[in-house]
This record gives sequence, C-alpha cells and structure tokens, in this order.
Amino acid sequence: MALLDVQNLSVRFDTQDGSVRAVDGVSFQLEEGETLGLVGESGSGKSVTNLALMGLVPAPPGVVQADHINFAGRDLLTLTAEELRQLRGNEISMIFQDPMTSLNPLLTVGRQLSEVLEIHQGLSRREADRLCAAGLADVGIPEPETRLAAYPHELSGGMRQRVMIAMALLCKPRVLIADEPTTALDVTIQAQILELMTDLRERHGTAIILITHDLGVVAGCADRVHVMYAGRLVETAPTAPLFSLPVHPYTRGLLASVPTLTGDPTSALSSIEGQPPDLANLPAGCAFAPRCDYAETRCRSGPMPLEAIPGESAPRTVACLLATEIAAASGGAR
Amino acid sequence: MRANNERWDLAGRDMEALLAEAAALQGESLWQDARRRLRRNRTAWWSLLFLLAFGLLSLCAPLLPIPSPVALDLQTEPMPPIAPWTEFGNHNYTREYWELSAIDSAAVDLRAAIFDDWQTGSWMGRDSKGRDILSRIVWGSRTSIIVALIATLCSLAIGVTYGAFSGLSGGRIDNLMMRIVDVLYSVPFIFVVIFLITIVNEYRTELEDNWGIGRETVFYLVIGAIYWLTMARVVRGQVLSLKNSEFIEAARVLGASTRRILFVHLVPNVLSIVIVYLTLTIPAVMLFEAFLSFLGLGIEPPKVSWGLLAVDGTEAINPLRIFWWLVVFPAAAMGSVLLALNILGDGLRDALDPKLRGKD
Amino acid sequence: MTRFLLRRFMWFAITLFTVVTISFFLMRSVRGGPFDTDRALNEAVRINIEARYHLDWPLWKQYAHYVGPFNLDRHGPEFLGGDGSDLFGGVLTGDFGPSFRYRDYTVNDIIAQSLPISALLGTVAMMWALALGITTGMLSALRRGSGLDISLRLAATGGIALPNFVIAGFLVILFVFLVPLFPVAGWGSLRHMLLPGFALGAPFAAYISRLTRTGMLETLSQDHIRTAWAKGLTPRLVIMRHALKGGILPVVSYLGPATAGILTGSLVIEKIFYIPGTGSHFVNSALNRDYTLSMGVTILFTVLVYSLNLVVDLAYTLLDPRIKLEDE
Ligand SMILES: Nc1ncnc2c1ncn2[C@@H]1O[C@H](COP(=O)(O)OP(=O)(O)OP(=O)(O)O)[C@@H](O)[C@H]1O
Ligand SMILES: [Mg+2]
Repeated sequence: MALLDVQNLSVRFDTQDGSVRAVDGVSFQLEEGETLGLVGESGSGKSVTNLALMGLVPAPPGVVQADHINFAGRDLLTLTAEELRQLRGNEISMIFQDPMTSLNPLLTVGRQLSEVLEIHQGLSRREADRLCAAGLADVGIPEPETRLAAYPHELSGGMRQRVMIAMALLCKPRVLIADEPTTALDVTIQAQILELMTDLRERHGTAIILITHDLGVVAGCADRVHVMYAGRLVETAPTAPLFSLPVHPYTRGLLASVPTLTGDPTSALSSIEGQPPDLANLPAGCAFAPRCDYAETRCRSGPMPLEAIPGESAPRTVACLLATEIAAASGGAR
Repeated sequence: MRANNERWDLAGRDMEALLAEAAALQGESLWQDARRRLRRNRTAWWSLLFLLAFGLLSLCAPLLPIPSPVALDLQTEPMPPIAPWTEFGNHNYTREYWELSAIDSAAVDLRAAIFDDWQTGSWMGRDSKGRDILSRIVWGSRTSIIVALIATLCSLAIGVTYGAFSGLSGGRIDNLMMRIVDVLYSVPFIFVVIFLITIVNEYRTELEDNWGIGRETVFYLVIGAIYWLTMARVVRGQVLSLKNSEFIEAARVLGASTRRILFVHLVPNVLSIVIVYLTLTIPAVMLFEAFLSFLGLGIEPPKVSWGLLAVDGTEAINPLRIFWWLVVFPAAAMGSVLLALNILGDGLRDALDPKLRGKD
Repeated sequence: MTRFLLRRFMWFAITLFTVVTISFFLMRSVRGGPFDTDRALNEAVRINIEARYHLDWPLWKQYAHYVGPFNLDRHGPEFLGGDGSDLFGGVLTGDFGPSFRYRDYTVNDIIAQSLPISALLGTVAMMWALALGITTGMLSALRRGSGLDISLRLAATGGIALPNFVIAGFLVILFVFLVPLFPVAGWGSLRHMLLPGFALGAPFAAYISRLTRTGMLETLSQDHIRTAWAKGLTPRLVIMRHALKGGILPVVSYLGPATAGILTGSLVIEKIFYIPGTGSHFVNSALNRDYTLSMGVTILFTVLVYSLNLVVDLAYTLLDPRIKLEDE
C-alpha cells in the first residue's frame, strides 16, 4: 500500500470575488522513499494541494474536501486538529520557497530548531540542542554549535535553506514536502541544495514531494512527475518517459520553454501563449483549451478525466482527448 | 531602439499634455475608487453623514429656536431634563449672548423675527446656574469645531510646508530637519506649551489691543505647533516616494519647473494622505481643547465649549445627588462626534490606502 | 552603540538647553514679576524679596546662576567671590531653585514630595493599560471579524475618543456613588489608586489594543508563522512565542509617547481625584505664576520622557536583533 494515498482532493476559497477552485479533484499516490515531482505554472494549485495535506489551508476562506487522504493507514481527514498537529513536522514536514522569510527573524536558529524536538519528542532544551547541532552538521553547515546562537539574518540564503531542511528532517519524517526549495536561491546554491536533498533521501529513506516550476530540477531528482494546470492534474508519468515523450499539450509547452544544451541554440525558445485561466470561473471542458494549439470543439465541453495512454508501457496517464493522436504523431516523428 | 525613438517623438509633441491628463486621470480614479470603498464601509459612511448633519446643526445654532446658552436663572439645584412631550416649548426666550460676530447677530435677529420669544423646553435639563444644556451643547459645538478646524489647519500648514521642504531638499538638510522632528517627538510638549500659555496670558490685553490677537488665536497657533510633527513626517515620506516615482521623473525630463511639479503632480498625491491625517488630527485637537479648558487654560466663560461643558459636568459630580444630565449629555455629544471622526478617519485611510485595509 | 548614545546625548543636551533658555528668558521678561498679587508690598519688603530671588542681578548672571553648574550667590565657589560653602548649583546639578509661590520650599522639595505619588499613579496606569491593551488586542486579532473583535474595536475607538476626565466622571458615578467600591478621592491606600489609575490608563489601553491588533495581524500573516504551524507547534507556542514578540514591537515603540501622554493625563486626573502629585502642582504653578516650579517640572519631565525614549529604543534592539543602533 502506498505511504500516502490522496483521492479526489478539492480545495476552494470562498472570497468576496466569488469561489476560487484552487485544487479540483486531484488524486495521487506516494510510495515509501520515492521522489514525486509536481510541476505547473504559478497559481496552478501546487502549494495549496500540499498545504491541504498538512491541514494548513487557511480556513476561512479555504474549504478542503476529499474522498480520503490516507497516510500510513490513517485518513488525515478524520484526525482531530491535535492529532494532525502531532503529525506535522514529525511524520510529514514541509520546506518553503523563501528561506528569507520562512524563519522567524526574532528567534535564534537554535531556538527554532530545538522547539521541534521539544514538542514532538519531549526532549529537554539541552538534549535538543545537541541533536540540532548534529542535524545542522548533517546538512553541511560548518560550526553548527555556534550557528545555533545565530539569528536568521546573520546567515546567507543558502545557509538558511539548509537550516530549513535540517529543521524539517529533525524528527526523521516519512514524507518531506519541498515547496520550491530552490526558487529563491542562485544557481550554484540551487545545485548544492538539490544534491543535499537527494543525498538525504538516500540515507534516510524519506519520501519527497518536490514542487517546482523548474523542469530541470525535476529531471534531476524525481522518480515520477505530475503536471498540474488550473488546479487539476493533467499528466502523470515516470520522469524519463515524460521528458522523452510529453503528451499533454501543456506539458509539451512547458518542455519547449526550457533551454537545452543539446538543442539548436539558434532556434527560438517558445513560450505558452495567453494567460492562466481565472480560477473563479473556469471554462467548460479542458481548462487549457483556450491556449492550446491542438484544441478542437469537443475539448470545450464535458469532463476531462485522467486516462492511461493506449499502447504506452509506462504507467502514465493524461487528461487530453487528443492524447492518442499526439502520442502517435510525436512517437512516429521521433 | 526604433520603438524608443517613436516614444520620444510623441514626447516632443504633447507628452506634457498627456502626462497632465494621466495624472488627472490617476487622481480622479483614485478618488472615485476611494469613494466607492468608503461607501462600502457602512460605519464610515454613516459617520460622515452624521458629521455633516451635526456640522449643519452647529452652523445653524443662532437660527434655532433654542434658549440662550448663557441666560442665568439662579437656582439651588440643576433642573432635570423635561421630556419634549410634557413641555415642548415656552415663551421665556431672552436674547443674551457673548459678543457675537456680525453674521451671528444677524442670524439671531432673524431667529427672533421668526420665532419671537418662543423657545424649546429644557429637554436636556439645566445646569446649576439655570443655563439650558441643549443650547450649551449646540453653541459649544461651534466653538469646539472652529477651534479644532483652525488649529488643525494651522498644524497642516506648518507640517506640510516643513515635510515637503524637507523631502524635496533631501540630503543633509532633510536629515537634520527630520532629526529635529525626532527630538521634538520625545519632548513632552504639552508641559512646555502650558508654560508658554501662562506666560502669554500675562500679555493678553496688550496682544489684543495692539495686535488684535486674542487668546483663541494664541490657542490655534499653540495647538498647531504641537500637532504638526506627524503631518510633517507623513508628508515627507510621501514626497520622497513620489519624488522617485516615474511620472515625476518623466515630468522633470520634459523640463517642467519645480513649482509646476510641486503643484500639478505632488499636491494631488499628497492630498489623500493629508486628508486622512486631518480627520484623525481634528478629534485629537478637540480633546486637547477640552484638556486645556479643564485646566482653566482654554476657552473662557461666558463663551462655552465642549471642554468647558465637560468640566461643569465633572465638577457637578458629588456624593449627595447625581446630576447625571450634566455629565451624560455633553459626554454623549462629544463622544459621538469624536467617535464618528475617528471611524471616518480610519475608514478614509482604508479607502485611500488599501494596503492598510482592515488592519487597524 | 557608543556613537549612538553619544549622538543621542548631544541632541538631548541641545533640546534641554533650548527648553531651559527659552523658558528662562520668557519667564524673566514677564512684566511685573511673580509677585503681582502682593501689590501692597512696601518698598523694603519688595527689595528683600527681589534680593532673595536674585531678581536684582543682571539677567545674564541670573541665567548663569539658574543653569549652573556653579552657585553664584555668596555661598558660591571662592574664585567667583563666594565663601565656597556651596560650590555647585543650578539646573545642571539638579537644583531648580526656590519656589516663587511657596516661599519656604524649594522646587526640589515640592518635587521630592509629589513625584513618588505621580510615579506610582503613572505606573499603575501604564501597567494596566499594557495588560488590558495587549490582551484585548490579541483577542481581537485572533478572532478577527467576530462579534468580539468588532465590539473590542468599538470600545477601543471610544476609549481614544473620550477625554479621560469624562471617563473618570463615569467611573466615579459608577464605582463610587452607585456601587460604592472605591473612596471618592484622596491618596494613601491601594484603593485610592485604582480608580484614578484606571481612568488615566484607559485611552492608552485603547491605543495599545489597536496597535497590538494591527501588529499581530501583520505578524500572523507572515511566512514564518506558516513555518511554525508546519513544524507542528501547539497554537499556544505559535501565538505566544512566534507571533506575540513581533506583534508587540509597535507597542514597544509606543511606550515613549505613552509615557509622555500619561504624564499629561495625570494633570487632569490628579486634579479630579485631589491627588497631591507633581501634575497638580504643575497646574497650580501655571495658574499661580509660580514660574520656577512650572519650569522645574517641565525640565524634569522632559528629561524623564527623553530618557525613557532612549531606554525604549535600547529595549527595541534587544527584542529585534535585526536593528543595529549604529545604522540610525
Ligand atoms: N488564502 C487564499 N485565499 C484565496 N485564494 C488563495 C489563497 N491561497 C491560494 N489561493 C489561490 O489558489 C490558487 C493556487 O495557489 P497556489 O499557491 O497553490 O499556486 P502555486 O501553484 O503554488 O503557484 P506558485 O508557483 O506561484 O507558488 C491561486 O490562484 C491563489 O489565488
Ligand atoms: Mg506555491
């Protein structure tokens, strides 16, 4: 059985300007020790999906619904607030995008680290501090003991993200949700942080959900990739097949907008035309249809279920009526 | 590059007019937007209507068929309120006031012509000297409102000039000017001011005879001198942020004179924030008037102000009998106006500065 | 740090110098002198009094004597022609001279008698304003938009809008006459202190409540609070340890102005409740033309408020490690 099994998760925000469907009928599984990449444009609902798993969607205005969210055999939807709290930071932890603002500027790093152990494992401050220093050393921070007394503003961005990772891993969680852990960092630091995460996964066997809009990041780290658009999953596939044969027009658009070393440097990078849709009133049918080069009239009505692609050996699904044609066409062209 | 050239061609022709239009448009939509948001904030909207109604009432004080605010009728005890339905009015009106301005005495003449000697009953009771509370509240509101308005305008003049000058000068001058404001912030100004007022009081008659400066004028100046600090800071901040904004930059590039920039571009933008602080300064000044009147350093009898009324009220508190109407009615009038002003000020701030919305 | 303190001190010296100089010359230039009411004084007595207050000296000498640090009269230092028994004097040494009105007292005597009373009253007011303001502000922020929030905000606006003597009036009617819990007026016991302290602190409680609410909402919306929740901290820890500290920073910077405000308010409250504090002496001195006393109190309170502001700024740097004093 999968470690995490999400069935039909929806999140909507009831705001003054109407009801925003940020996540709409998302289902997925996460296996023990696996890295799952979640990609999509800004506003496609990646963060909200994962906040929903943690029970951190601000309510009001947020409303979370799902058939079930099973984690290690327990349905998170049926847990009390207190039980959920005991899971957070303990069995499921989260790293956020911006290390500059995600740490409390008024408390020392040591205080912010040790309180995790104090609350989840009932350790004393001294024991906790010892473990925290070890945790910092583990993520490659030199002189961890002295760092414990530092305030966040005294550390560089990369250091702070390492602190965040150390904090998330203190209790040896079974799932680590990394919400764009490298977006705010410069490229060399990005590579270091990703390497660190891969390394930690191998040593601790933590399953990772890696959220990003940088496909390069996903290609390097993830076992499987889920592509989200306007609150829905539009394509799921193992990493290698997805990159070699993207099927959903949106995925194809995303991939075409990534510069490659092997590609023709003179050819223009394409970008996806048009604007992301307004989540408060989505068009009927495929949400991507208005921006899609392949779209036909039948794309503009009816539900768009995720379906397996006929003839593909890899376990992959896509939500596109034209999937077979596109797959056949590009497969043939290759 | 071509696109750039085209832009500057356009600039050469009538960029100036375009800019002015853009600024006007921006200003207009800002105000329309603000009005819409203010209307949506129901409490603030009602506060505004209430204040307008109240302002009208106090403006019309000489025309209203209310008793004289100073006519004495010595009694041993203050007279309790009379319900309007038991005695709606009587014919005992006497024309007694302090020295009124020409307009006001004309209005009082008119009132006498219309209502003759008819006046309302003492619906809010009378004080220990037999003066009608309702009438005193209405007349008192005039004094208080005028003091507040003029003093606030005084502080506005000082604050805006100082802040704008500081912000526009920039550099060392700005630094020094703001440091001075910082220092003044941490001086308990009111003590200095009270000290000054007592000294000035020594020279009242001279000031009045030679310069025509009455105690109230001194009062306005003094209050203005206290409340300009915040205004100066706010205006300077606004000027600084606008100074670096693109449309001022564009105007400068096009060779608009400093004065033009100041009046056409800066003023409308600074105005919104100034209005907000105005609505919040007025109640503060009214409180200060009450405070000084309480200490016997403010408005002097026979004139009446809300501060003096509140003093009368609190002085009448004694363990034997509670003349509640002396406390409750003036406090209610003052409280409701100040509350409305505060709510309106907060509402305006929210409306004009959506960033701060609902935070305060 | 030292640079910061030095600069602050320099500004302080300039401010104080300006206040003292302006007030001194205003005071001495007032026609008729402080003894106007005693018009029937005969010549001998007048000369006597003027000599006692050094009014017969040239102005510069009076000023130097008032400011100090040397005592210029016959007890002054020998090199200035005195007998050396009383070397120092004047404002610089904390000596405000004799009171003009209470002939047998010095300004220092009067302040020494009354300041402890005012300080106690002010402390009570400040403590309760902080306690009430922070609690209600937090509640308001945590229950944002609820009925409780709305009524607390309305009460806070009311507290800011009403003059404190009106609040005091209502309190007296309620708790002294209708429900006799407290004595009418006077000074002595804790019971005497509570009602005036309450009335004095009320507007500040209201303002602190607003500041706390704004600050808490601001902090609660920040990213690091989300991190704190994601770590699985209890709501109590998130609020008390992570949000409150940042949320009350605005209150900390308000403490300086609040002190000045409480000193001001004490003028009125002490008068209403017949409390023999420095504030009521100040008001009387202003009405009685007891210039040395009112100047003394003004200078004293300026020093007090200025130093408190400095303490607050230092405290702020302790609370917020990002602030560096040198950067000012
Ligand atoms: N508290 C909220 N109230 C209202 N709407 C919200 C709230 N939080 C998120 N949303 C909406 O939900 C949608 C999805 O947001 P989400 O943060 O999940 O996007 P994302 O895919 O993580 O984007 P990004 O890459 O920018 O982080 C957005 O359109 C946003 O407007
Ligand atoms: Mg996100």
